[in-house]
Parts: sequence; structure tokens; C-alpha cells
Amino acid sequence: MIQKTFTRFTKNEVEPIAAEVDEMERFPKETVEKMQRFGMMGIAIPQEYGGAGADELSYAMAVEELSKACATTGVILSAHSSLGCWPILKFGTEAQKKKYLIPLAKGEKLGAFGLTEPNAGTDAAGQQTMAVLEGDQYRINGTKIFITNGGEADTYIIFGMTEPAKGLKGISAFIVESDTPGFTIGKKERKLGIKGSATTELVFKNMMIPKENLLGKEGQGFKIAMQTLDGGRIGIAAQALGIAEGAMEKTVQYVKEREQFNRPIGKFQGLQFMMADMETQIQAAKLLVYQAAVAKAEGRPYGKLAAMAKLFASETAMDVTTKAVQLHGGYGYTADYPIERMMRDAKITEIYEGTSEVQKMVVAADILR
Amino acid sequence: MKIIVCIKQVPDTNEVKIDPVKGTLIREGVPSILNPDDKSALEEALRVKDQDPDTHITVLTMGPPQAEEVLIEGIAMGADEGILLSDRAFSGADTWATSNTIAKAIERIGEYDIIFCGRQAIDGDTAQVGPQIGERLGIPQVSYVEKFFLEEGSIRVHRALEDGYEVIEGTSPILLTTIKELNEPRYPSIPGIIKAYREDRIKVWTYNELDIPSTDIGLDGSPTQVKRSFTPEPKGKGEMLEGSIDDKVNSLVKKLQEKNLI
Repeated sequence: MIQKTFTRFTKNEVEPIAAEVDEMERFPKETVEKMQRFGMMGIAIPQEYGGAGADELSYAMAVEELSKACATTGVILSAHSSLGCWPILKFGTEAQKKKYLIPLAKGEKLGAFGLTEPNAGTDAAGQQTMAVLEGDQYRINGTKIFITNGGEADTYIIFGMTEPAKGLKGISAFIVESDTPGFTIGKKERKLGIKGSATTELVFKNMMIPKENLLGKEGQGFKIAMQTLDGGRIGIAAQALGIAEGAMEKTVQYVKEREQFNRPIGKFQGLQFMMADMETQIQAAKLLVYQAAVAKAEGRPYGKLAAMAKLFASETAMDVTTKAVQLHGGYGYTADYPIERMMRDAKITEIYEGTSEVQKMVVAADILR
Repeated sequence: MKIIVCIKQVPDTNEVKIDPVKGTLIREGVPSILNPDDKSALEEALRVKDQDPDTHITVLTMGPPQAEEVLIEGIAMGADEGILLSDRAFSGADTWATSNTIAKAIERIGEYDIIFCGRQAIDGDTAQVGPQIGERLGIPQVSYVEKFFLEEGSIRVHRALEDGYEVIEGTSPILLTTIKELNEPRYPSIPGIIKAYREDRIKVWTYNELDIPSTDIGLDGSPTQVKRSFTPEPKGKGEMLEGSIDDKVNSLVKKLQEKNLI
């Protein structure tokens, strides 16, 4: 029933505005409000913390269904849930959960996550954001880039060096509210795809935050970031899966309707073989994504599973959408059909929350342990 | 306030195909849904509850065990409890036997102020069960409700007509059958779905729980018998006339003449 409900929500509320959100590069605030009313912003958060109390599989299905019609909406939910809410649930104190997690899980506030810096992408240890304890406050200076939900979110999990000499072990995580003095939103990126998703720079200039906003312990930041991204990958894998499924659905419809040489083009075996491959890849991706989600829901290790799911699902999304454009021919290349948007949206899934190459590093590290 | 909403699980008729040889519905693989008019009925009850949280809503259905799904959906949308009337003895019921059974169940529930029913189910399209329940319970009823106002001590509704509406006032207990123009039903909330599955809020009543003779229910209690079902011949494919207005008019006139229509 959960999946059916997501499907209905996507068809009625998300699909009708997807093209416009892309074209105008507009953050779909109204959809976020609807998701809040509908209890979608804290799917996998326990009910005692304002969530729905469902599991990671239900959450992955939500991102998947949304992304079938609009990958922008998919990533808004994914970044909010996996990256904004989960670290507080996992590492937050009871007081932090009450103060920050409950409004996030209820959807009254939107969450985001700031790790990446101009010189610290995959190599997160290159953090140049500094957090210096002064009495009972941290003074934070630095810049984050490519932050999903930037400018739209109210609560950010950010990372900075508390002890630069210690390298990875000198990174700490903090909870920061958007109205903190010294916190400003910098450049808003213009992108190839997921154009409605807000991707911005975060600038901290002598931003003072209370000591109790430290998430976990000092020096635990890298661990928190890596564990959070392990889970976040399930969300992105689900997003990629949804994009591929959305493109497939449109393509099946199209090849049945489009006629050339007096027959629907779906009757041509050359195209049928292409579509058989696409469908097989999608189903394989789905099994990997659900496998990772179920492992996380059951409390089993999921780092490798999530990496494999994201690697395979994102490459599937790119491959399937590219072929879907091909199968649509010239029409597929035009903005009159959603296929070119899906192809542009698919590309990011191979990049963010760890590139495909990083996923391979994670998988290899696990099997060669 | 106590409200009972009668709902039904139906095949999603948008997805139903007809077996061209046997002339029967192909039900396999067709998803089941909560009947759309019933969803509007439930939504209206939920709006009463939004205003007055002390309102208690019972969703009631009759059907096979899997009809429990629509009760879960109803509870996920916000109803307090569900009752499933399920027994082999109830099966094969037409509207007469169905309304006998449901009315008995409502008597067993006892207290109620309003009974909401959807106008009709999309699988049978009879629109009979709601009004029959009202008759059997001996309470006033208004069908085709398109607007509902709960006022101090009375209930006022607009009853849709072909070319307008009637304003009807009544007092509880009352039975209302609703049409989809009444409201826009909410989605079941995600926390609601989880609660509905985890918490046991559904009772199943069988034949033994209802004080009703077996001759009033199921196939034996059903005066209607289906003699034959058939698929109407599909209409021929339409033809678009091409050319200038004159050409189109000429060819239209010619075609009408050929068919001896003019």
C-alpha cells in the first residue's frame, strides 16, 4: 500500500510539474509541503522522533517512485532523509534529536549535508573549514560547495577541522541552523540536470555555534560522514533506479504508438533486443537497491551492498536513458518529451555521494579486506 | 459524534479487460482499489473528525478476507477502526442480500449519528446498497450528496440533480450517499499506513456474529440472478473527413445518404 500511495502521489502531484521545474530551474517548494502533509519527510525515522516509523525499503521506494517522474524531487527527499536526518538519529544526543530531528522528520524543516569543499571532494580529508572552540562556542570559518538543498534547508550537518594536525581524525560534525549569524548562501550552481534541486555554496564567516551542536564527539566527523554516505547511496541508487524505470515506461509506450513502415516501431526486433537489455538491467538494479535497503533495515552491514547498488543503478540509469532517447529518435532529443530531461538527470547519479569510481573502491576494499 | 462509513473493495475498472470469447471480466492481475465514491464518503467523515477530534469513525465493508486491504487504507487515511464482514455464507450476494447483511452489522455496532456511503461502486454501478441500508434501518437518507454542512443540531446537504441541486436538511441518525464532487480525498499518510498495519484495529464478523437468517444473505438471499453476460459490439472506427469545407460537406452528405439517414 505504501508503494501504491507513492505512485499515486507521484502521478498526481509530481509528474504534472516536472517539466516546468526543470525548465525554470525552480525548487518545487509546494511538493515539499505536500510531502510534509503526507508524512513522507521522515519515512524511516521512528515515530517517537516524529517520523513514520517505516523502514529503509519504504524510504527507497519513495525516492524511486518520485524519481520515475522527477529526479529533482527524488533527490530533495533523499538528501533530506539520508544526509540531513539520519546522522542526527544515529549520532545525535537525546536533546539534539528532540530539538532538530523531530521537526525534520515531521517535515516542518528541511535538512541538508555539507562535506564537500572546493579542494575536498572525494578526498574529504582536505577539509579547510576550521572549527575552533572558544569557551562554550565553536567559531567556524570556511566554504562548502555543491550542497544539495542549499538555501532551501533549515538544518545543515556540516563538517570542519577541529584538529588539523590529526588529518581525518581531526574532522568534526556540527548541526547548524540556517539563521545562524555568519552563515550565508553563496553561489547557486547551474547544472546539466536535476535543475530544480538547489545546489549551492555555503559560506561560514566567523559563524559561532553553541558547543552542544557538536554531533558525536570531536574527531568523529569523518566516520559520521562516511557512514552517512554509505546510507545516502541507497537513496541515490533508488533515485537512479526510478529514473531508469520512468524512462523505460515512457519508451514502452512510445514504441507501441510510433509507426514507421506501417507498423509500430516496437515490432522491429533490433529495437526489441535493445529494450530487453534495458529491462533486464533495470530489474537487476532493483534487486541490488532493495537488497541494500533491506540490509540496512535489518541492521546488517550494508556499505558494500549500497556501493554496488549505487554503482550499478546509476550506470543503468545513464545507459537506459541514453537508449531511451535513441528509441524516441528525434522526438527524444526535444524538450517536448521528458526523455532528454531524464538522460540529463541520470548523469549526476554516477557522480554525487561518491562517483562510480569511489563505489568501486568501496566494493574492492570490502572484498579484499 | 459517531460515524460509520460503508466502503467496498473493487477491481480498478480502468485496468479491467473483457474476455472476448467468454464475455466475462478478466479479473486476474487486475489491482483492487477502494471504490472512488466511497473514498469521498470517508473523506467527508474525516473532515468532520478534523473539526472535532472526538469523532469516532468506523469503516465497514463486506467481502472476502483480502477486502481487509480497503479497511487498512481507510484507517491509514484516518478512520479509527474497521469491521470486515466476511463469511462464505455472505458470498454471491446481490444488493438486496448485501444491504440486509450490512444493515444487521450496523445494528450490531449500535450507536451512530451519520452513515456515509459512496453513491455506487464502479464494478456494479447499481447505487442501490446505500439507500437499501437506510430503508432497512428505518432512518432518513439523502442520496447524491455534493455538499455537506454540519450545523448545530442539524445536517444540511446539497443533493445533486441533473440540472442543479436540492437543499435538504435533516437530523441524525441519517444516511448519506456521496458523489465524488463532494470533496478531494486525502492520501493515506505514511505514518497512518504503518500504524494501520501494526496496530490491530480491524474486527472480522462472520455469519455467527450477526443475528440474521441464512435465507436473507448470500446467494440464497439474492433475488437477482445473472442469466447471461455479453460484451457489446465495439463501435466501428471513426473516420475523419479531409479536404476543404465544401469537400467535407459533400462527402458527409453522400455518406449519410448511403446509410439512408437523410
